[in-house]
Amino acid sequence: MKLLQQVKFLFEITRSHGIVRRYFVVNGFDGALTMLGLIIGFQLSTAADLTVVMNACLGAAIALGVSGVSSAYVSETAERRRALAKLEEAMVTDLQASAHAEAVRWVPMLVALVNGSAPLIISLLILSPLWLAMQGISLPLSPLYLAILVALLLIFLLGVFLGHISGVSWLRSGLQTLVVALVTSLLIYLFAGY
Amino acid sequence: MVLVKKLVLDVLKPHQPNALEFCKALAEVGDNYSVNLMVIAVDEKTESVQIVVEAPSIDFDALQAVINKMGASLHSIDEVEVNNPSVDT
Repeated sequence: MKLLQQVKFLFEITRSHGIVRRYFVVNGFDGALTMLGLIIGFQLSTAADLTVVMNACLGAAIALGVSGVSSAYVSETAERRRALAKLEEAMVTDLQASAHAEAVRWVPMLVALVNGSAPLIISLLILSPLWLAMQGISLPLSPLYLAILVALLLIFLLGVFLGHISGVSWLRSGLQTLVVALVTSLLIYLFAGY
Repeated sequence: MVLVKKLVLDVLKPHQPNALEFCKALAEVGDNYSVNLMVIAVDEKTESVQIVVEAPSIDFDALQAVINKMGASLHSIDEVEVNNPSVDT
């Protein structure tokens, strides 16, 4: 509880709540669309072994996660250091022993964790039907179709989340992101279908 | 033993943490701490504030440590009230 309060405090003094939310949605959306694209690509190709599909998608998911962690960490550290230097200039004092310096060390790590875990977790959820099929569990639909449905559902839910935080209709916001996913699918069918 | 009962401090602080969080952190220094904060001037990144702390016995060093931890700096001590209670024998 104490740790959570400390994290909340560091986010407050750096006003990072919005950044974390934005990173979560942007990279989560990236992860979901990448998986959707890969799975539709496999769906349009000659039937591949499920292990091949799983390994290719898992490779992309891990790469997205690592890319999310490293890019956010590097950019956030640079931004936080710059903000601290400007604050020190305004305060005409060294703030290295303050909570602001602590935030420079911890906030980029936490933001990077969110940025990396969002696409990874969403990708793993999308891949769950493939994993279930590989374990021999019978599914009502083909695992690839089911994975596409899970991807569309998660993209819709990301839109609902955006609608919730912006205070607009959750249905409208969810449908907007769903339309983006459907347009992406259509483009893949048009260009990769031949 | 001389007890510090009241302090009026002139402090320069960043906008974050805000006045409420700043006062709460100061009040957490000890039991029965009463903290009053008044904003004197606001700049682009900082604000000058006057803080009045009242308590049965103020721990000034702990108070200053919290001020520094919050990224603020103590400019001056503008008013002090101390008390030397008599010891019954």
